[in-house]
Amino acid sequence: MTALDSKARPRDFTDSYLRTAVRRMKKDKAAVAGTFIIGLLILVALAAPLLTKYDPLEQNYDELLLPPSASHPLGTDQYGRDLLTRIIYGCRYALLIGVGVVIIQFLVGVSLGLIAGYFGGSVESAIMRLTDVMLSIPSVVLAVTIAGFLGGGIQNVIIAVSAIGWRAYTRLVRAEVLAIKEKAFVEAARAIGCGHLRIILRHILPYTMGPVIAYSSLAVGISILWAAALSFLGLGAQPPTPEWGAMLADGREYMMDAWWIATFPGLAIMFTVLGFNFFGDALRNALDPKMERERR
Amino acid sequence: MGNYLLRRFILLIPVLLIVSILISSLIYFSPGDPVRVMLGLRANEEAVAKIRAELGLDKPYYIRYWKWLKNVLQGNLGRSLQRNEPVLQLIAERLPATIEMTFFALMVAVLLAIPAGVISATRANTWVDNLLSFLSLFWISMPGFWIAMIAIMLFSLKMGLLPISGRGGPLWTAEGLRYLALPGLILGIRQVAIISRLVRAGMLETLSEDYVRTARSKGLSERIVIYKHALRNAMIPTVTIFGLQIPELLSLSVIIETVFAWPGMGRMLVDAVLKRDYTLVQGIVLVYALIVILMNLIVDLLYSYIDPRIKNE
Repeated sequence: MTALDSKARPRDFTDSYLRTAVRRMKKDKAAVAGTFIIGLLILVALAAPLLTKYDPLEQNYDELLLPPSASHPLGTDQYGRDLLTRIIYGCRYALLIGVGVVIIQFLVGVSLGLIAGYFGGSVESAIMRLTDVMLSIPSVVLAVTIAGFLGGGIQNVIIAVSAIGWRAYTRLVRAEVLAIKEKAFVEAARAIGCGHLRIILRHILPYTMGPVIAYSSLAVGISILWAAALSFLGLGAQPPTPEWGAMLADGREYMMDAWWIATFPGLAIMFTVLGFNFFGDALRNALDPKMERERR
Repeated sequence: MGNYLLRRFILLIPVLLIVSILISSLIYFSPGDPVRVMLGLRANEEAVAKIRAELGLDKPYYIRYWKWLKNVLQGNLGRSLQRNEPVLQLIAERLPATIEMTFFALMVAVLLAIPAGVISATRANTWVDNLLSFLSLFWISMPGFWIAMIAIMLFSLKMGLLPISGRGGPLWTAEGLRYLALPGLILGIRQVAIISRLVRAGMLETLSEDYVRTARSKGLSERIVIYKHALRNAMIPTVTIFGLQIPELLSLSVIIETVFAWPGMGRMLVDAVLKRDYTLVQGIVLVYALIVILMNLIVDLLYSYIDPRIKNE
């Protein structure tokens, strides 16, 4: 069985395929920029306490609404907290939310997509009808309703944002599975008596991963945007959490007097999302399954 | 055709039914109580229980849903728990403002995205194309509500050119336009970033078709080739995209409406969710779903108008 396994299968989602992708990524300027930004964000999130001498939550009534200066490079907010410090700690929340959402969406969306594509028939139409129904509720309307009813907090934001994005994975994976499941190596696996689970996980899943992984990078960025929007509406991270969207909501009331509160957290969001978008776009080009298939 | 329309309308019913079941389950199984929001934190238990009974909130899930459904079938979305007005009336008051902003944004998106996409495609991989593609990536990486805040700071607070928030009147009045300009443009330009990329892809594909080469070799001017021969065919995938963008526009409008205190459905939704106004939330979500489904239907009908080869069967 192992012999058949390794010989009858086309090139795997491993070795040379990955090496080609990495080589393509290295030549792509956007990919390099994206990798740099994401690396920087992870570093900042991990090293947050080392990067600043202030506390993100401690209020200081002697230093309210100070404009950017040498001791507070990005100024202070209405409670005298250092804005740079809060943005640095906010990195942790952004990454936590972005990655958390994508993991949930990935698990739910990919499973449903695999099941729909592999089994077909009424299972498939039930799952695809469900994604159609979800598609008819505008995503923010759904997220606002879920986040609002579950109550604020990071955990509920992750749930609410996950609820709006999983269907993209389902559609993506289903389409891939439909193309793969008729291939000879899948049939061979079936012929030698592999169970459904083994065929799905071992023989089909790896080949659907290219586009899914590229989409995941874009999805991290999108999720961070949605989560920030929910926090901004007062339905997500609650004060005094140094989450960027919530910080911008604070800044709204001080737009006249303290432009920095309403500006810098937004720049942080933009920079982060831009990084994931650069990376995701480049990854999609590098892993392009069409190009890979043509070469086979 | 009439048959097709009828079938599409019948298909509406199960979708709306599932949407309503999803939302009412969410409402039923999540924490929070509208009566406590109404009466405040120090309300006594007896009063809470009494009002809960009056509103039917003490009944089990399926009875509440069934009662709601029966009313809806009679065209009655119930009364708002917090405002004590008919939900239908509250929505009817707010709906025009939301449709107005979304329509304005869609027009902005169409008017800017198609030329931008065509320019990108005809000058593919030149600096113009690269600049446009970089700008759109940049723009979609920014949170819409943040762009709105910066725009308010610059154009309303600093320069005093446009009103900070609110609605001035209907779309066709000068005052109405002044109030609509900022939120409408911000909502629209975001979609330009997305749609123009897709128009570009559609155009590039069409421009490599044989009939375009034929048109060129006949000696037709480039203008006619692009706008008359290529664009019309490139529009087919684009119309789908516009259809897909409508839920997206409605989505973002919830946020933009809140930033600009725009008296639309989105702002009312956020408010109703925070106040646990079950009936109002359910009504609003249902109306949103209805708009999206009807828009998809219109888009499908548009296909066969743009491309007579496509028949709606």
